[in-house]
Amino acid sequence: MLTNYFKTNGMVMGWGLLLLVFFWIVILIILPQIYMFNLSFHPHLPPPEMGGPKDFLTLENYRYLVFGADGNPDGYNKVDLLVFIRTLTAAAFVTILDLFLCYPIAYYLGQSTGGGFVRILVLLLIIPYWINEILRAFAFKIIFGDSGVINEFLMFFSVIDSPIDFIRANVALYAGLGYAYILLMIFPMYNVIESLDRNQIEAARDMGAPWWMIHKRIVIPYAKPGISSGCTMVFMLSAGALAAPQILGGPSSLWFTQLVYQWFNTGGNWPQASAYAIILLLACLVIVLSVMKLFKVNMGDIGK
Amino acid sequence: MSSGVAVDLQDMWIKFGDFVAVRDANVHINGGDFFSFLGGSGCGKTTILRAVSGFLEPADGKILIGGNDMKGKGPNERPTALIFQNLALFPLMKVWENITFSMEVRGASAGERRKRADELLDMIALSDQGDKLPSELSGGQKQRVAIARALCAEPDVLLLDEPLSALDLGLRHHMRTELREIQKRVGITFIYITHDQGEALTMSDNVAVMRTAVIDQIGSGKSVYDDPSTSFVASFVGMNNMFRGKVKSISKGQALVETNRTGNLLARITTGATGKLAVGDDAMVFIRPEGLHIAEKSAKSNTRIKANVRHSEFEGTSYNVFLEGDAGKEMKMSLVNRGEARLYEPGAELTLQFDATQAVVVPAGELASE
Ligand SMILES: Nc1ncnc2c1ncn2[C@@H]1O[C@H](COP(=O)(O)OP(=O)(O)O)[C@@H](O)[C@H]1O
Ligand SMILES: [Mg+2]
Repeated sequence: MLTNYFKTNGMVMGWGLLLLVFFWIVILIILPQIYMFNLSFHPHLPPPEMGGPKDFLTLENYRYLVFGADGNPDGYNKVDLLVFIRTLTAAAFVTILDLFLCYPIAYYLGQSTGGGFVRILVLLLIIPYWINEILRAFAFKIIFGDSGVINEFLMFFSVIDSPIDFIRANVALYAGLGYAYILLMIFPMYNVIESLDRNQIEAARDMGAPWWMIHKRIVIPYAKPGISSGCTMVFMLSAGALAAPQILGGPSSLWFTQLVYQWFNTGGNWPQASAYAIILLLACLVIVLSVMKLFKVNMGDIGK
Repeated sequence: MSSGVAVDLQDMWIKFGDFVAVRDANVHINGGDFFSFLGGSGCGKTTILRAVSGFLEPADGKILIGGNDMKGKGPNERPTALIFQNLALFPLMKVWENITFSMEVRGASAGERRKRADELLDMIALSDQGDKLPSELSGGQKQRVAIARALCAEPDVLLLDEPLSALDLGLRHHMRTELREIQKRVGITFIYITHDQGEALTMSDNVAVMRTAVIDQIGSGKSVYDDPSTSFVASFVGMNNMFRGKVKSISKGQALVETNRTGNLLARITTGATGKLAVGDDAMVFIRPEGLHIAEKSAKSNTRIKANVRHSEFEGTSYNVFLEGDAGKEMKMSLVNRGEARLYEPGAELTLQFDATQAVVVPAGELASE
């Protein structure tokens, strides 16, 4: 395999590519993570005292998420735990929303015989992503705001009397997040469904299968790798999103990443922030892996 | 054997936009027949089959199955089952689930399905393979699974789209016999598509020979071979020596043709060409390699051809002699091997003869490209 790799890329190019990948993975991903991981087991100290006599290994930062500060009358850190759980459920909700929204699109794109219309459709899906994330989030804020397009429209046709607070109800947030990751859901599914032999669908139709059964027995099992890789990405990214919750989130609903951000930035407490970030990462991994196990998806399938 | 369900195509046209894929097809298929559509690649065979199974609507004309007009009925509402050119087995379902998918659709219990699957697996001699995935089977086994899956739906008409084309030669010959036997056993109408004339001739009760978008002739394998209606059929089905020329005279169902390079040849006007030839018309005479013999003294001049041997090819039961006639006209003669001491040497000068009833003449027209 490796010899082939060097044959196709040449020695210089081959080593260059390997080094770049190595640099990317080790320097940009693994090392900072290890640093953070290590940091999360240390107390919050001013930089000169780090590694000094006052430094020691501790689980305090992790304990804090569950029990809060010492002498907390509640016994549990209710505020942060609630944010934590809400973030994960909301991310799961966004993922499911995207799945239901994108599966029909991916199916249509994948099974259509191509042609100009489909290419335009794909382009229409991609173009909005040329606009940066913050702008898109603000655009959603405008659309869903009190005097936004939707409220104005509904009131104009007298469907409602006073504007609905989409921001407080988190509708804007879900819509914004869902929209942000639509392509990540569509493309993996589209890729797989495109390679599904149309004759299989016709054979099932010939044997009398109704459309829902064709999806249940033939298309979905076949598209499973694409579905799981789409869901994994959307779930991980929504749970880890910061800009959209910051801009579109209701005043009373914090996203867990916002807590992390506060610890890093406002609080200046890097060990505590690291612990929170790592808990989020681990929770996401555990959820994704258990869901994959539940639906019998292999890790190898995801890369397809 | 007329218990099966008949299929009729009446004045049927199929178009893709402006492109005419099938032009005015008229076919009657007897119930219980093994009927083949034979034609080159791209001539519209699959298109016809898809129209019969309901995946395409004809632009014009009717499709009747068992006398009922199929217009507006989807594939699931027709008593047909289609076996696709690539089989289209479901790769993620076990063999037995594949076979009984049509029962699953109807809501049959797993026990019932398994029982039926085992019966069908017995029939196709794959008894213990039900729990495998299709990818674990050989080409011929997949083939049989596809047939069992189609039969499980208990169709009145089974449609097969070049089902043997993916198999290697030996297996293909074996599957011909097997398919024919299955058809006899279940007694339903088979409509079979192929570009392989050997398949069409050996298996079918009747054959429709297709040129691009049109059906040239319908008849038994023997009549298509011995009594071709058009120059296309004569050149497509089996090997043939062709001589171009003009009709000089016609009498008693035979025409004397003045050929361009081989002199005057007498040949029988085929059933399909009767009434379509007049004196002076461009015509084509076809003589099979096995219709040529070494001339006897009594042979008449208009059933005689002079030619030089170029080379011979020994095939065991027979041998082929490749010849060159006047003005470089190439011919092939096929002789039964009777243990002659030696084959004809290159350069040998021969006089050949043929029986005027075995030579056929049709109006000049399109030829099948090799
Ligand atoms: N869906 C389609 N759209 C346009 N043209 C088609 C379509 N299906 C088949 N054709 C054309 O119709 C002709 C006959 O095709 P087909 O029936 O598949 O031939 P074959 O005899 O090889 O099975 C071909 O020229 C093919 O290109
Ligand atoms: Mg075809």
